[in-house]
Amino acid sequence: MAYNCVVLVKQVPDTTRITGEAMNPDGTVNRGALPAIFNPEDLNALELALDIKDKFGGKVTAITMGLPTASTVLKEALYRGADEAILVTDRRCAASDTLATSYILSCAVKKLDPDIILCGRQAIDGDTAQVGPQLAEKLGVAQITYVEKLLQLEEDRIAAKRSFGNGWQEVRGKLPVLLTVVEEANEPRVNVAHRMMKYKNAMSKADVEKQIRAENPDMDDEAFNNAVNAEVTKLENKGILIKQWDLDFLAADLQWCGRDGSPTKVHRIQSVVLAAKGAKDVEATDQGITDMVHELIEDNTIA
Amino acid sequence: MIQVNRSGEVWVFAEQREGDLEDVAIELLSKGRELADQLGVKLAAVLLGDKKAEGLTEKLGHFGADKVYLVVNPLLEHYQTNSYTKVIHDLIHKYEPQVFLCGATVCGRDLAPRVASATKAGLTADCTDLQIGDHEIRRTGEVHKDLLFQIRPAFGGNIIATIINYDRWPQMATVREGVMPMPEPDGNRKVEVVRDEAHLGTQDLALEIINQHIEEKKVNLKGARVIVTGGAGVGSKANFKKIWDLAHCLGAAPGATRAAVDLGFIDHDHQIGQTGTTVRPSLYIAVGVSGAVQHVAGMSDSKKIIAINKDPNAPIFKVAHYKIVGDLNQVVPRMIDSIREKV
Ligand SMILES: Cc1cc2nc3c(=O)[nH]c(=O)nc-3n(C[C@H](O)[C@H](O)[C@H](O)COP(=O)(O)OP(=O)(O)OC[C@H]3O[C@@H](n4cnc5c(N)ncnc54)[C@H](O)[C@@H]3O)c2cc1C
Repeated sequence: MAYNCVVLVKQVPDTTRITGEAMNPDGTVNRGALPAIFNPEDLNALELALDIKDKFGGKVTAITMGLPTASTVLKEALYRGADEAILVTDRRCAASDTLATSYILSCAVKKLDPDIILCGRQAIDGDTAQVGPQLAEKLGVAQITYVEKLLQLEEDRIAAKRSFGNGWQEVRGKLPVLLTVVEEANEPRVNVAHRMMKYKNAMSKADVEKQIRAENPDMDDEAFNNAVNAEVTKLENKGILIKQWDLDFLAADLQWCGRDGSPTKVHRIQSVVLAAKGAKDVEATDQGITDMVHELIEDNTIA
Repeated sequence: MIQVNRSGEVWVFAEQREGDLEDVAIELLSKGRELADQLGVKLAAVLLGDKKAEGLTEKLGHFGADKVYLVVNPLLEHYQTNSYTKVIHDLIHKYEPQVFLCGATVCGRDLAPRVASATKAGLTADCTDLQIGDHEIRRTGEVHKDLLFQIRPAFGGNIIATIINYDRWPQMATVREGVMPMPEPDGNRKVEVVRDEAHLGTQDLALEIINQHIEEKKVNLKGARVIVTGGAGVGSKANFKKIWDLAHCLGAAPGATRAAVDLGFIDHDHQIGQTGTTVRPSLYIAVGVSGAVQHVAGMSDSKKIIAINKDPNAPIFKVAHYKIVGDLNQVVPRMIDSIREKV
């Protein structure tokens, strides 16, 4: 049996490389100063989906919700083996928290009617691990979080091993199911050369618009729209169009999207600046260390 | 979704396994107690399980709960996403708590988002602190009083965000293990038990648990009075013996940075920091540790901190009480000698 897999991917700022320059004076993070990358554990989710396709056949669709620039991660998903890529983008998605995000994504995923939905365990910009389970709830499907290994896939039955950090659990269930995948699950494959050749010009409608505008700054609206549509059709015929969906296309209920659909709000953001406590300097000599140990015994810190 | 309900209780999910309460549930009770007192409402624990769970109600009272909502059903023996979500969702709609807290354990991080999604409530993950405070919406001047401030590191630990949720309740948060102190039990505290029914059928058990294995943690970092942590600066697994030796002569637990774990000096159980254990011992000795924010997040509440580093500008010195600039290969043996002499 072949499986229809949908993988949710996210473009994230590389928070592992935050330096002083990436912080604004007011303590907020200057996202622009950080390289944008494919969220690491989403690569593990994609790999698991590709692995399922290799073994059983079927289809892998990568979806992301984000700014038009997020099409970069979709292209990367295509390079690695995804069959189709979908960009969910709309100004009205801005300021969505995890609840609103999961609602919007649920509208998109429902259109694809998948057997298996795969997400990375969590994204490194927020580390919340919330969108996967929240999406599973909205889709009304079972979830297996922290998946470390797929044990069985047969007809509509799935079994997987979950990692607990200090242990593991093996569970079995029925499709459709949502999996969140941990880093230990696999080693993501790298870009495949012939796929890079094929998809290097893959674009979303937003990418096309940007390109045509840049090349023809003075074009009138009608000519512009015609040019965009012609190019989009061309890409579609070549099989290298990144589909682009907005909230109207998804028929999403706006009260659950963006700021309105997000119960959590930011009250305050502070940067982590450590103020020195005024440490006592201890000479690294026998005398210095003995004195310190003595002091710690005196005040009962050392029993 | 429930509406803002000022008289709602503060709820804590009493995570249990095989009739044993997880530490994080007790830690949540201590924080929950503070919040409930500030809000002038009751603190309740939400306890689900089979018969084995019934024995835990008194203990929850001793650790600060005024009430326990107890739901006993054979189908609740093991934690399962769908069944637990359904029961908790129903309880929330029936009793309308204002705050609902879960541990940020594998189980809590599986459950809380599912409940939040079903309830359409806001949820903040992995909080390291919770407070009560007011929020003013600058645009309108409208003030929301006595909200739950959900405080958490974000962006890989480089910023601290305070999140609030003023219109769709309950205000939900998961809280990291070990960040709230364990309270002392009070054997005289009585608790009110409210029994509730679970409307469950086997269709609510979406998964079947075939097999599981939970290892006892090999090291008890949270309970240790003294911790000696080695970082990448220790240099090799062989040299990490110095850390074990120093720990040994102090009766301390050995800790490690992520870099030391990644380099294979010691096992992951020993990792301290944002993605490891959070600790607050009486004495913390950081050896060859640079003091990255993600590490400091897990140890800065230690009562006394000694830092040993050959780089006088290492950030770890900013949180230290005793600063020793020098080569750990000389300093650590000297410390061991002088401790052996004195103790
Ligand atoms: C999302 C995220 C989560 C993370 N979570 C954690 C976490 O939970 N815990 C954690 O620890 N890290 C975590 N990290 C990693 C963290 O950013 C640092 O990389 C790590 O803490 C550095 O470990 P270290 O101090 O041992 O190594 P280094 O930064 O390499 O520091 C080694 C230090 O040893 C000193 N040194 C070297 N030789 C000697 C000597 N002979 N004598 C004395 N001093 C010497 C050096 O001066 C240096 O300061 C996380 C990172 C990210 C991005």
